[in-house]
Amino acid sequence: MLSDADRIFTNLYGIGDPGLTGARARGDWDGTKAIIARGREAIVEEMKASGLRGRGGAGFPTGLKWSFMPKAIGKLPHYLVVNADESEPGTCKDRDILRHDPHKLVEGCLLASFAMGAHAAYIYVRGEFYNEAVALQQAIDEAYEAGLIGPDACGSGWAFDCYLHRGAGAYICGEETALIESLEGKKGMPRLKPPFPAAMGLYGCPTTVNNVESIAVAPTILRRGAAWFTGLGRPNNAGTKLFCISGHVNKPCNVEEELGIPLKELIEKYAGGVRGGWDNLLAVIPGGASVPLINKATCDTMLMDFDSLRAVKSGLGTAAVIVMDKSTDVIKAIARLSQFYKHESCGQCTPCREGTGWMMRVMNRMVQGRATIEEIDTLEQVTRQIEGHTICALGDAAAWPIQGLIKNFRPMMEERIRAYKAGRSMPLAAE
Amino acid sequence: MTEHAEPTAFAFDAESEAKITTVMAKYPAGKQASAVLPLLDLAQRQMGRATGSAWIPRVAMDVIAARLDMPPIRVYEVATFYLMFNMQPVGKYHLQLCTTTPCWLRGSDEVVAACRKATGIKGWKETSADGLFTMTEVECVGACVNAPILQVNDDFFEDMDAESTEALLAALKRGEYPKPGSVTGRQTSAPEGGPTTLTTLNFPSTSAGAE
Amino acid sequence: MVKVTVDGIVVDVPPGSNVLQACEAAGKEVPRFCYHERLSVAGNCRMCLVEIEKAPPKPFASCAYPVNEGMVVHTDTPMVKAGRAGVMEFLLINHPLDCPICDQGGECDLQDQAVGYGRDSSRYTEAKRAVKDKDLGPLVKTVMTRCIQCTRCIRFSAEIAGTPELGATARGETMEVGTYVEMALTSELSGNLIDICPVGALTSKPYAFVARSWELKKTDSIDVLDAVGTNIRIDARGPEVLRVLPRLNEDVNEEWLADKGRFAIDGLKRRRLDSVWVKRDGKLQKAAWTDAFAAIDARLKGVAGERIGAIAGDLADAESMLALKELMVSLGSANIDCRVDGAAIDSTRRDFYTFNTSIAGIEEADAILIVGSNPRREAPLVNARILKRRRASRLPIAVIASPADLTYATDNLGDSPDVLASLIDGSHPFAATLKAASKPMIIVGQGALRRADGAAVLAACWQIAAAVGALSDAWHGFNMLHTAAARVGALDLGFVPGNGAKDVAAMMGGGVAAQWLLGADSLDTARTGADTFVIYQGHHGDAGAARADVILPGAAYTEKDGTYVNTEGRVQRGQLAIYPPGEAREDWKILRAFSGYTGKPLPYDTIEALRARLEVVNPVFARLDILPRFGCTDTSGPSAMGGIVGNGKFVDAVPNYYQTDPISRASPTMAACTATYVAPLQAAAE
Repeated sequence: MLSDADRIFTNLYGIGDPGLTGARARGDWDGTKAIIARGREAIVEEMKASGLRGRGGAGFPTGLKWSFMPKAIGKLPHYLVVNADESEPGTCKDRDILRHDPHKLVEGCLLASFAMGAHAAYIYVRGEFYNEAVALQQAIDEAYEAGLIGPDACGSGWAFDCYLHRGAGAYICGEETALIESLEGKKGMPRLKPPFPAAMGLYGCPTTVNNVESIAVAPTILRRGAAWFTGLGRPNNAGTKLFCISGHVNKPCNVEEELGIPLKELIEKYAGGVRGGWDNLLAVIPGGASVPLINKATCDTMLMDFDSLRAVKSGLGTAAVIVMDKSTDVIKAIARLSQFYKHESCGQCTPCREGTGWMMRVMNRMVQGRATIEEIDTLEQVTRQIEGHTICALGDAAAWPIQGLIKNFRPMMEERIRAYKAGRSMPLAAE
Repeated sequence: MTEHAEPTAFAFDAESEAKITTVMAKYPAGKQASAVLPLLDLAQRQMGRATGSAWIPRVAMDVIAARLDMPPIRVYEVATFYLMFNMQPVGKYHLQLCTTTPCWLRGSDEVVAACRKATGIKGWKETSADGLFTMTEVECVGACVNAPILQVNDDFFEDMDAESTEALLAALKRGEYPKPGSVTGRQTSAPEGGPTTLTTLNFPSTSAGAE
Repeated sequence: MVKVTVDGIVVDVPPGSNVLQACEAAGKEVPRFCYHERLSVAGNCRMCLVEIEKAPPKPFASCAYPVNEGMVVHTDTPMVKAGRAGVMEFLLINHPLDCPICDQGGECDLQDQAVGYGRDSSRYTEAKRAVKDKDLGPLVKTVMTRCIQCTRCIRFSAEIAGTPELGATARGETMEVGTYVEMALTSELSGNLIDICPVGALTSKPYAFVARSWELKKTDSIDVLDAVGTNIRIDARGPEVLRVLPRLNEDVNEEWLADKGRFAIDGLKRRRLDSVWVKRDGKLQKAAWTDAFAAIDARLKGVAGERIGAIAGDLADAESMLALKELMVSLGSANIDCRVDGAAIDSTRRDFYTFNTSIAGIEEADAILIVGSNPRREAPLVNARILKRRRASRLPIAVIASPADLTYATDNLGDSPDVLASLIDGSHPFAATLKAASKPMIIVGQGALRRADGAAVLAACWQIAAAVGALSDAWHGFNMLHTAAARVGALDLGFVPGNGAKDVAAMMGGGVAAQWLLGADSLDTARTGADTFVIYQGHHGDAGAARADVILPGAAYTEKDGTYVNTEGRVQRGQLAIYPPGEAREDWKILRAFSGYTGKPLPYDTIEALRARLEVVNPVFARLDILPRFGCTDTSGPSAMGGIVGNGKFVDAVPNYYQTDPISRASPTMAACTATYVAPLQAAAE
């Protein structure tokens, strides 16, 4: 079990003061100038050595991503953009960082920006996080006031501005190029890649987009060293991670733990166990809505890290664990996700624009059983026709939950259809 | 879209203008279009202040287009793309009900039913007869370990159930505004009954910022 | 060049090409909806999927993927076929499949590609989406349920037309293309939306339910409703022109056509002169051709040559103008003029009156000064070319004319010519801008010349060009923008008064005893001499015919073979698509017939012979379609005719784009446009 001494987000629950005084007492902004003095290369190398993988869902190595930025600053300025558009169903970890530990993020912005030659960072906070944005803005203002950021950040000689930008309600803006579009004042429609943001991002300038958690853990990693971080977690899955445990558990909560913690331990130790006991578990969506669910048998031995979950064709995603006990109408649970993706599709690519609506309508019939057995196959094929055929991964994300459902619960879907035909229709939910 | 009366004029008030100055300073010269989301938000808030209904009239979009040197259609596109912009009047309390799977698993149906019962609103995007409430179904608001969530205007009311929903709406009807956050008294996202981690740390704490 | 292998075929394509272009170079057809080579890449329809070796194992949108050296592309693998079939199925699930009642039927990309790449049936059993239609004005009809959200129209409006009024509002499957606030599109290029829309969402309002594409006889021709010389295709059925579409000509119109050229054609069926008329007892009465010729012959007999004049109108073809000119010679008259509007054009040198930079050459310019012109209304496709250059290079553009929205940012230097002097002497800041440019352009419009000081303004404009270095061996930056399709051809064949002979103004007010008007309708007929005998030869009962003593029914541009020289000096030929109505005849033949009647036949019996004669008169007529670019080797300028530049405001040459000539004035569609677009502005101005 991770000891509190190795936890990064020591004010996760907001018990302490999120302001600068409290943050400093918890070790933030300690020796920041000295870290900067190590130089860009050293910081990037340390981050690479730490093995930190992006905490926003894709798990791409953060240090490597930073190293893609041009080494020299040319005519165009460099930008850091922080993705605080936390909208993946099940996920609410960045929210706690923004409201309870915002200085970790602001300090991380300074260090990451310096490491990438950026003099400005934009933090794109989802619009619904109004109060969280207020808290973050307060931290930014305090940091300016204290000279920690600004024309001579921490006395390092590096000029650094940090800006908060609020979104306005669009899940797709969590996709990094959609986020950039949105930040430029357009609809959040993902861009064609190439070019990638490191070459042509915000305002056509070299840009790196990182998740809140990835940036917020950077100062601690740089202070305590890559070796400390790699000493936690599992090989290639280093460090600690914020987990969000929601759904049918006795005590839903956020918690920071080591990557690789057994799912069962995570749920039982921190979230009070599955409602009705572990054997009452039906399935878990282990990494936010976009990853395929895993069934109880898989959950029994599942380790919560990128590679272990990938091995069972699911994913760690944002480490948002959505637990469903045996009372769950899992078809309805996934159908509701289909509605989510249909609602959040930007409408740009044909397969996603048209396909998410199609899938939702078929899924809604599957909930009732008002379908044919063959339509399960058609539905599966439709998910394949969307997956991999769109500009961004929203189409994939919309397809995977259904694929996971069919893979794990096809007999239940068939039974539902047969029951409907036989006039034994399922009791429908209140809607 | 239901028909509604569109005002013929809109101008940002002094409070909005002060904020616009701050907003515009965030973006490089020539990139003022970046301010379109903040300005739409300010227009909506101003409408809320001025009329009790936070929405964005068409003329406000035209004002913003001119202000940011954007073709009006680009502003219309943006305003209709993002779900937080209300293109028609809403009630004083905009009830935004998350019904996405994590909230649904924890009983959002109950919360929805309680809202309907208390407000008399039948469909989504409809406003109660007294003009006090509009009910909007929203997708995941990002507070899932405190599900279900009922967002009222800017604030999240968490760990809701039918009973707490009825109590909240009753309070709003009385003109009270209860404290947002978990209605069960939980410490934010910590597990019910208190944190099981971060218990061995002892930082000098000022409670100023604690919720 | 970059080497790419497509289905085993090795091709070299320029760096920066996309994979779709490489596939085309290899002769491989790639289906697409959103991709259009003249628009920015959207990459959203996902139809142009291909497989690329050594890339992740998924299909890629070829339009959005840049080529790399040694890239190996496949367009015919099972993955590609399945991917395209899948996209096609998605496109059709919410498409109404109402082909039998859709005007796009038979020339629909969606229809064609569904047959070529789609599944044989749909598996979609849910309810289909319905989208409310939008009213975009008198020209473009919408059936928005057919829209496949390719966004071509949105990109065209913003990028080519420069009128960003279309957009896609809302999102996901509720995304709708439209203007959001109901409005008529304000572009003069809106008809092109119909062409670029790959489905039947945007179709021609006037052409709605008129014909099927396969019923039409297609004739290549040239548009004459402005002086751009847009290459067109005339689609006719029986005796009726049903529609006009643009033809590709990269140097002139690319693949676009301005709205007047496309939509004024319903004017071809109205107010037509299809009979011969002779005034008897003070009233015009129908007559036979021989009666008319006899009447004219009788009236002209004994009239001295200097008392006879001829004026060529704005739509005349070069052949008939030459025939008329030579008829006048045989009548002993040198009183001929084509400058119906009185523009002070110096025809002594060709580069004094042509658009020397060329339309395509605009794309090389790095600074532009526009004098007395609103190119958006006078020549929408020249304006589109300026916009294209502006978008590519942000070049500075200044205008001396009444302020107008030209679709790009301009610096307005005033609305009268008194600023010209400071541009010549270099004291005006924009003179420095022009001087700093390596390829500056001066564009002089007819509004600068139709005035008492026109000649002086023309001379001053040339002096500016000379002073800022716009006239060099390698670059000719002096440009005249014409509004009349006939004008440059007329000037080329010398349809201007001979030495000491009368111009238009001198012919009016009784300056001549007899006037032969070849489609000249813009004259102030109130100033025609009371006793002047007017022969009107033309196709519409417009202003000119109203005052005629004899009417000879001629052919409209769609009804004759004819040569036209555009504002650049490009010689192009239109062709007969349908026969002239009733008694009407091709104009040169009327003139030839009359000359025969008088016993002094013009020396050509065929149009080939007449064209050979044209080439003798001016060798430029032999240079069909091709426009050699010349630098300026002689910087001495046109004569100011002793005039001095005044300070009167420039008046727009084209106050109403939609009604400029007898055809567009007879067009109900153009009348509807005038009511929609022009009348409100005029009302507001009053």
